[in-house]
Amino acid sequence: MAERERKQKPAPKEREEVVDEEVASSSERGEKLKEDIDDLLDEIDSVLEDNAEEFVRSYVQKGGQ
Amino acid sequence: MAVPKIVGIETEYGVSLRGAPEPNPVVASSLLINGYVEQRRIGWDFEDESPGRDARGFARDGAQPPEIETHLVNAVLTNGARYYVDHAHPEYSTPECADPLEATLFDKAGERILARSMEAARRLLPAGQEIVVYKNNSDGKGNSYGCHENYLVDRNVPFAALVRSLIPWFVTRQVFTGAGKIGSENGADPCDYQISQRSDFFEEEVGLETTLKRPIVNTRDEPHADPQKYRRLHVIVGDANLCEVATFLKVGATAIVLAMIEDGFIDKDLSIASPVAAIRAVSHDPTLQSTVDCTSLGRCTAIELQWEFLRLARKYADESGLDCCGPEAIGTLVLDRWESVLGALESDPSTLDGQLDWVTKLELLRAYADRDTLAWNNPKLELLSVQYHDVRPGRSLYEKLVRGGRIERLLGEDDVIAAMADPPVSTRAYFRGTCLARWADSVVAANWDSLVLDVGVEPLRRIPMMEPTRGSKVHVAELFGQVSTPRQLVERLTAN
Repeated sequence: MAERERKQKPAPKEREEVVDEEVASSSERGEKLKEDIDDLLDEIDSVLEDNAEEFVRSYVQKGGQ
Repeated sequence: MAVPKIVGIETEYGVSLRGAPEPNPVVASSLLINGYVEQRRIGWDFEDESPGRDARGFARDGAQPPEIETHLVNAVLTNGARYYVDHAHPEYSTPECADPLEATLFDKAGERILARSMEAARRLLPAGQEIVVYKNNSDGKGNSYGCHENYLVDRNVPFAALVRSLIPWFVTRQVFTGAGKIGSENGADPCDYQISQRSDFFEEEVGLETTLKRPIVNTRDEPHADPQKYRRLHVIVGDANLCEVATFLKVGATAIVLAMIEDGFIDKDLSIASPVAAIRAVSHDPTLQSTVDCTSLGRCTAIELQWEFLRLARKYADESGLDCCGPEAIGTLVLDRWESVLGALESDPSTLDGQLDWVTKLELLRAYADRDTLAWNNPKLELLSVQYHDVRPGRSLYEKLVRGGRIERLLGEDDVIAAMADPPVSTRAYFRGTCLARWADSVVAANWDSLVLDVGVEPLRRIPMMEPTRGSKVHVAELFGQVSTPRQLVERLTAN
């Protein structure tokens, strides 16, 4: 509610500009986020253990508390 | 008025010895600790250990002496922690801490100690062999190992009062303490992904066991402090966390709930029907919609029950303050974080990516599965789910996320590094750690509640430390400034 009231304050023209900027920046943010995640997953690929199946099979622990 | 909520966290790390013809986890664990402890090893004093004593007031039939394998490695560190081999796992117990942020700090310092131990062990191993440790709680094949919390509790509180409120507390707090895992174990219903690594392993409501038929409330009565005044509540139901926010909230909120129980502040019966089934049902539903049957709230979700605990905690803080849980600012931080986390869990759990382990891991698995179109049973996802907990800085997926700025930190890394060597200032751990740092060669044995010193003349001198809040920096820094040998220290202590 407070958010909506705040946006109503500027004159009509200004408000449109604000909205446009928000849309633009939000979609840029979205793309940036996606790129970040893609980069992160690539980085993770570079450190992942080689053979997933073999790793999972051999990861066996003795029970503890 | 509730007693100070002195707290410590014990973590059994998963351990793998790679490249060895016959890998032995006990040997691997010992190598880690020996590798780390380069100075003369300080023996652990078992005199006051009694894990067979039951908080309900009886000793177990045919109770065995504590499972002590004295030939195993057992070290006390200058930060006041204990680092040892337990049940074929390397285990690190933080020193006693006076508030949840301090406990989070010393828990994180433990990860760094394990990381350094792996480097040290590598130098002792033949080429091609490596020890790798994981801060998790299950191997995905039905074997679990614990992360226990310990809280100082007033001896006068009837154990039944603890049990009544703690069961609903432990069943529902996993919505923020869970570390997440793929699939189910130990005969639980199948699922793709669940919130807690531990919940499938709990089969009783109350009991003394810790390795089989694990109970939601553990009754081990071994206070490591003045037994007339205190209990040590031994909590075995939690997950090991990597996210600092999760550790902080787990310990901070639990301490407040214990203070409320101690002060008789929880004025309603929050107990739930079939807790063992409920703890699994809550864990198995990452959408957080499953319900439990609560005596005073009726059918409600885990989050709704959590809101009730938080409402009581706010009221308790207003009326009694949170002095027993550490500095006021930290109590406020716990309450505010607790509220924001519950709100986020209710509206969109994915916004807690970077704060809670189970959400962070789930988001990572989802992103990876989306990119490569993988099904939940793909071994690659299981690998990610385990490697998230790898403690090697270069291999840990959690640490990758930290370096990518995707994890909210509460601690400064410089403070974490300092906490590998320096004890907390606020408890008797300060006394223990300082003695070890100054006179390692004279400390013959150490325990949570005593220290045995060789002062150069017979006999050995045992210094009891039955009051966990005493021996803090405020109490003993001046004394340490005035003495230069263990003998002078003992003379001053016995003169008082």
